[in-house]
Amino acid sequence: MSIQSSITNYKSPLANLKSKIALYLPLIKGLQTGLLVATGMAGYMSARCPITNMGTLAGLFVSLFLSISGSTVLNMWYDRDIDAKMGRTKKRPLSSGAVSDGEVLRLGLTLSLLGVGLAVAMDALYGLIIFAGLFFDVVVYTIWLKRKTCWSIVWGGISGGMPILAGRVLGLGGFDWIGVILSLGILFWIPTHILTFSMKYYNDYKAAGVPTFPSTYGFGFTRAVIAISSVIAALAMGMAGWGIGMTVGYLRILIVLSAGLLTLAVATLLHPSEQVNFGLFKYASVYMLSSMILIMV
Amino acid sequence: MKMSILDRILLLVTGLLAAYQIAFVIDDFSALPLVAYTIAFGVLLVSGLLMILLGFEVLDSPVVVIVTTIIPLTLSLGIVWQHLATFRIPYLVFVIIGFLAIAITRLFPMPGRLPTLVLAVVHGIAGITIFLLPTFLSIQGVTKPLFSLVGVGGALIGIGGLALSFLKAGKPILSKELILKILPVILFLMTLCFVVGFEYG
Repeated sequence: MSIQSSITNYKSPLANLKSKIALYLPLIKGLQTGLLVATGMAGYMSARCPITNMGTLAGLFVSLFLSISGSTVLNMWYDRDIDAKMGRTKKRPLSSGAVSDGEVLRLGLTLSLLGVGLAVAMDALYGLIIFAGLFFDVVVYTIWLKRKTCWSIVWGGISGGMPILAGRVLGLGGFDWIGVILSLGILFWIPTHILTFSMKYYNDYKAAGVPTFPSTYGFGFTRAVIAISSVIAALAMGMAGWGIGMTVGYLRILIVLSAGLLTLAVATLLHPSEQVNFGLFKYASVYMLSSMILIMV
Repeated sequence: MKMSILDRILLLVTGLLAAYQIAFVIDDFSALPLVAYTIAFGVLLVSGLLMILLGFEVLDSPVVVIVTTIIPLTLSLGIVWQHLATFRIPYLVFVIIGFLAIAITRLFPMPGRLPTLVLAVVHGIAGITIFLLPTFLSIQGVTKPLFSLVGVGGALIGIGGLALSFLKAGKPILSKELILKILPVILFLMTLCFVVGFEYG
């Protein structure tokens, strides 16, 4: 190798770190992780507002971020063969070969261990729930059921409901019905999010051999499931909001946003189209984020 | 037509203003105005979010004409209920019949000019009510001067709503490009006028 090419290929440690971060960022699915972290923060703040212990809040944020990112990276590591077959995901760093399998596995395990470890150190019950969320997501949902049955999303939903339950438990020091209802709200919101997505990328999932509701039961049944789960999610969020003691004004906003969700869900049922389906998919995320902000404030 | 960043920011602020109105400004109102204003500003909030998420293409939906009718009808109903006690029931009946008439003439194919006529009459009456009633009330000193801003908002919603409705009805009074260009600005200014007018009027 010539001196000139060595100089050309040399990267400073900072540049190296930057390029690594640029490769790792897509592995943690920033938006999805951010939304789940927000649910955990909302769960905590629903029990402990105003916040008096910023250290605990920071610990909550870091432990949630690390464990959720860790489980996402582990899922991506396990699903790398599926991702390589799907047009939507084949350019991901792992599928495209930009990072090695071993490196991603090590990253996922490190993030998960750090996240769960910090959570257990903060509070044993909180740590147990965080671990349960990670276990349901990686082992039960991704490794065991995702390639076998479309009903695997129920377990994906249960794990998705763990951060908000964990946050509430950390704030209260134990379980209560509001925490369970908040968790159910997320569980029933997830089909709205995932099923609209699986309809949009029907061919991708079909090509990868992943069973989905649309490929198993058809689009009509899937839309009905979306509508029903949206109704239950909206009811659960409303009930939790009332239980938390949300002001009447904020409850009105929650009702308005829920009405928007239900209208779109019914619209997908009555006048199915790509636009309405995608609108519901995007609105569902905004709905959940808005609900969490309302719970936090 | 592609939505610019400025359009998205204006729509987001419009949504936040609508949410503020729902959460804080109308808290002390009696039941019917409370429900009417919640529906009006709720539709504004959700519509703004959908426009941000899906772009102006969402306006191609056939239900837009019906949705754009809900806002002036419920707003005008709230104002009439609060300030014109003798007209409460007749206006409530007008709102219900007007909404049903627009929904029916939009959802089922109708011959001739009936759908456009219904649209013009219902929008016109609701728009004039929102524009004139707050203006007169503030001039007469029944309400504080800033309540007249609700009338300004009414004028803006009248312009925006009619332009959009007639565009959807296939009889545009302004070009589509111009309507889409000014729509976020009109929605923002209109909501700002309503919030300030109701809060300080």
